[in-house]
Amino acid sequence: MDDGVKQLDLTVVWQSCALLVGVAAGRAIFGFLQGYWSEVASQGVAFDLRNTIYDKLQHLSFSYHDQAQTGKLMTRVTSDVEQVRQFVGVGLLQLASALTLLIGSAIILLRMNWQLALAALAVVPFIFAVLGTFIVRVRPRFGEIQRKLGALNTVLQENLAGAKVVHAFAAEPLESQRFTTANRALVAEWQGLIKVFSTSFPLIFFFSNLGTLLVFWLGGAKVITGQMTVGEIIAFNLYLSLLLMPIFILGGLAAGLSRAGASAGRLFEVMDAEIEVHDRPGALELGAVRGRVAFEDVHFRYPGMDKPVLQGVTFAAEPGETVAILGRTGSGKSTVINLIPRFYDVGQGRVTIDGHDVRDLTLDSLRRGIGLVHQDPVLFSGSIRDNIAYGRPDASDAEVEAAAIAAQAHDFISSLPEGYQSLVGERGSGLSGGQRQRIAIARALLVDPRILIFDDSTSAVDTATEQRIQAALKKLLVGRTAFVIAQRLSTARRASRIVVLDEGRVVANGRHEELLASSAIYCDIVTSQLMGDDEAAAAAAPDLDPDVNPVPNPNRVPNPSPDPAAAGGA
Amino acid sequence: MHGGFQRLAELADMAPAQDRRQTARRLLAYLTERRGQLLLAMVFVVLGTAGQALGPLVLQRVTNQLVDVSAAAVPLSARLVDLRLSMAMLLGVYVLGLLGFMVQVYLIGTMGQEVLGIMRQQIFDKVQRLSMRFFDQHEAGDVMSRLVNDTDVIGNFLTQGAMQSVGALLGLVMILIVMFVSNWRLALLTCLVIPPMVLLTQFISSRARDRYRVARETVGEVSSNLQEDLGGIREAQAFARTDRNLERFSRANAANRDANVSATAVSSAFSPAAELLSAVATAIVLGAGGYLVVQGQASVGTIAAFVLWVGNFFRPIQQLSAVYTQAQAALAGAERVFDLLDERIELEDAPDAVALGQIRGDVRFDNVSFGYDPERPVLKGLSMDIAAGTTVALVGETGAGKTTVANLLQRFYDVQAGAVTVDGHDLRSVTARSLRRQMGVVPQEPFLFSGSVAGNIRYGCPDASDEEVRAAAEAVGADAIIMALPEGYDTELGERGGGLSIGQRQLIALARAALVDPRILILDEATANIDTRTERILQAGLEKLLHGRTSLVIAHRLSTIRHADKVVVLENGTMIESGSHEELLAKGGRYAELYQRQFGDAEALPA
Repeated sequence: MDDGVKQLDLTVVWQSCALLVGVAAGRAIFGFLQGYWSEVASQGVAFDLRNTIYDKLQHLSFSYHDQAQTGKLMTRVTSDVEQVRQFVGVGLLQLASALTLLIGSAIILLRMNWQLALAALAVVPFIFAVLGTFIVRVRPRFGEIQRKLGALNTVLQENLAGAKVVHAFAAEPLESQRFTTANRALVAEWQGLIKVFSTSFPLIFFFSNLGTLLVFWLGGAKVITGQMTVGEIIAFNLYLSLLLMPIFILGGLAAGLSRAGASAGRLFEVMDAEIEVHDRPGALELGAVRGRVAFEDVHFRYPGMDKPVLQGVTFAAEPGETVAILGRTGSGKSTVINLIPRFYDVGQGRVTIDGHDVRDLTLDSLRRGIGLVHQDPVLFSGSIRDNIAYGRPDASDAEVEAAAIAAQAHDFISSLPEGYQSLVGERGSGLSGGQRQRIAIARALLVDPRILIFDDSTSAVDTATEQRIQAALKKLLVGRTAFVIAQRLSTARRASRIVVLDEGRVVANGRHEELLASSAIYCDIVTSQLMGDDEAAAAAAPDLDPDVNPVPNPNRVPNPSPDPAAAGGA
Repeated sequence: MHGGFQRLAELADMAPAQDRRQTARRLLAYLTERRGQLLLAMVFVVLGTAGQALGPLVLQRVTNQLVDVSAAAVPLSARLVDLRLSMAMLLGVYVLGLLGFMVQVYLIGTMGQEVLGIMRQQIFDKVQRLSMRFFDQHEAGDVMSRLVNDTDVIGNFLTQGAMQSVGALLGLVMILIVMFVSNWRLALLTCLVIPPMVLLTQFISSRARDRYRVARETVGEVSSNLQEDLGGIREAQAFARTDRNLERFSRANAANRDANVSATAVSSAFSPAAELLSAVATAIVLGAGGYLVVQGQASVGTIAAFVLWVGNFFRPIQQLSAVYTQAQAALAGAERVFDLLDERIELEDAPDAVALGQIRGDVRFDNVSFGYDPERPVLKGLSMDIAAGTTVALVGETGAGKTTVANLLQRFYDVQAGAVTVDGHDLRSVTARSLRRQMGVVPQEPFLFSGSVAGNIRYGCPDASDEEVRAAAEAVGADAIIMALPEGYDTELGERGGGLSIGQRQLIALARAALVDPRILILDEATANIDTRTERILQAGLEKLLHGRTSLVIAHRLSTIRHADKVVVLENGTMIESGSHEELLAKGGRYAELYQRQFGDAEALPA
């Protein structure tokens, strides 16, 4: 430029201009690539983190999920991952370049004028002190913010899941109040954090400005006393600004770093959570199953509960047997069947399949060998076909249909406008309770397991349909071991064995006829059921044949007094 | 996944520029609404900026003093005093900057968080007012993503972007004044790059906006996937489906990653392109300046100064445009939040809706037709009465419309023809709250909330005393079962009432309905999961509960039907028979047939 102006030769000027633009274009390309690739990298990290946590959550035991709240877990997988990503994307890169710049310019300053450099660098420890206390103060606050966000999210999540109840009870004001409390707490936490911010960042700027001030003060005095030239001060100050720039960047990064650190801590909590039920080293594959399932003196309590749920449960199901499990609400029926696929580990004793302790088997092979119908089955959004094929996505349409026919679901599915391709929503909304249970039964049957478990899975199905399901199951259950929790006596009576639980103990075990003769509790159940359904005069008679009089006597009054044993014993 | 691609296609021809501007205006309105706070913050922004701008001026003064040759005559001590004075001034300026900066960070930060809090509350309150149809059609995870993830990007913009752009604007104005005063020709030439800069900003931001929108949508999908899979985790483990689920989740996850990368590919082109333009501007100044120098219309010094100013001129422009591009992510998030806030409320109270006083409970369905999909009616001209204080048992096969009747009585949906009335009031003419407050509902699947058992029973009646809660539980026979829980009424339940069996949950749901002391009770056959002995206790409680109330019971059990004053048989969306159990049996019609099939037959099969 100097040359061009001196010689008034415009071609040199043009050339310089072209060069300037050319260099800038090169820089632009590199700048773009840097921005782009750092996003690719950070998004890749976020992707991996989410997948890792998702996978972990999928494998954490029931005991973990019993206590976890969906809204909070979701906050971790989305929001916390995002906080970490934001830092990884820009932060790491900036951190590296800031540190390089900082050290490089410090060296240059020291070599230019070590006295001035020391004066200027004197503010650096203060800056780092501010940064350090900032990070220490802010990190737990960021953790708290994420926790409060999780709590807020949980209120929303439950509200959405229970929308119908919220509306039915006109509880919107109550819900809004719950949300407001959580929301206010979050806002307050943020504002507290901002208070810390407002006293830290500006202080860092202030201290670095003081550095400039010191340089000019000391340097100015040296100029006045003739030890330095003005040019030297100005050059020195230029390099000082190179030193201060990375410090500002570090100040900005401190917030990102603490936030990412707090969030990463929350992610690691999930990643490090102990998977309580896991494969033992050298666990066996459960091969062909014969189907003998035995409980040997099994004790169990849920984590965090004082009261044991099962206290020395012992019984066995022989291959091909259908075992009905009866008992009062809370007597431990669902717990018993949750132990067979090893959703929980027993506290004491053992559960065996064909003589193998379930803890010696791989979880995958164990669970593939068992078909299970939950009490409150969850269907997934997607087609009915996909839901039935949940455990065997590659099943053919014919197989899916066969399973549906056996579960008495085929007729109503066919009557839907789009048949098996009909979409069901979250939790299977759009279907009645009975329809969902039947789809869940079809889902379990399709897996074709040797062991089948029905946890009160026909409770919402009308009696006639249940009869048809039972009739179809009769054929299907040949050669399979089945466990059935049922409230209806009609179901229990058909079982090859009835196990009655009370307070976590087996109080009766045998066939219907045997138990009628030997077990008072069983007789009581039989009586109460028949009274409850207002059936048959000969309720307690040993020869139970309710179809003697299918149209019951309308004048019969139900037993109005509740069973004292039931009321007192609970 | 499929939905994602479809949405991508839809995006191609959506969001006209006007809508975008409207979204931006609406977002900024949250800030301008708080004019006082904003103004105060601006004062401190100006103070802070002034502090920053004055510093170099004071330093210039110091350098001038040092350079000043005539100062050599002044005694050393006086010059040192003068230096100290300058330093004191400098310190003053820095302290001013510090104060301005501190207050500004605090004011803008707290204001931003307040705005976000308000936005979240608005989302939640809106969700409370939406009708059941909305919940049938929207995934909870997506709504949650709007509340958490979309407000997060909005927050980033409001707190950082807003602050930066004010400072940048101030800087820009100052440098423009200096440039025009110094040499208006060169200043105008420099301004030549502003139009391409604006075009570039628009080009990039409009592209970035669409892509950010996809990124917001896909993170919503990740969230939906997650919410559903967490709900079904027991199924996933029972069916050993975890690998396949991961695969599915991974697809949604990858779609979000790719959408973000693609949005950044566009937006990260911005800063380098702006730098390039700045170089072009410098080149123009140099070239044109050289020409002007040759023509004698500018001095070399002016050109040298201009080259520095062009840098200062571009920094704020670059900042502004960067904020503008960043804002696209926030606007994409804001669009989704506003979409939800603008969702039409289907069942809003009529403007002249009256609050129902204490009702008697005469319920009437008058020629009601309704379908969730209007094309496929579920109820076809249903007429029926429930006299105050009586119990009607609804009977019919799955799909006959029983649950729909219950839904309409609670006005979860509006009828498409006919009317549902309570004490002669059309439900559409009364406030939903006054109606529902006098109703108690026990759904087939009892939904409980996390929290204590007592809190759950108190749900419809938050002010109820402990005694009242206990009395309600006793009335339905739930007391003994609750007392057997580890902490009794204070036992904390997990999500959806986790830790309890369905039977226990149903009892608590019954107590919850009982506590409301409703005039109208809706019971969706809630006895199915309760063991028979407990059920006897429950039956006695239910009888007490039903006594004197208008009750609609969706019945499967014989005992429930027997106790009803009237049985209504639904088939195909209409009432085909009604009367007492005995009358209907004697009539030998559809009910007798159903009865035979369901109950006669049931116990008749041999063991």
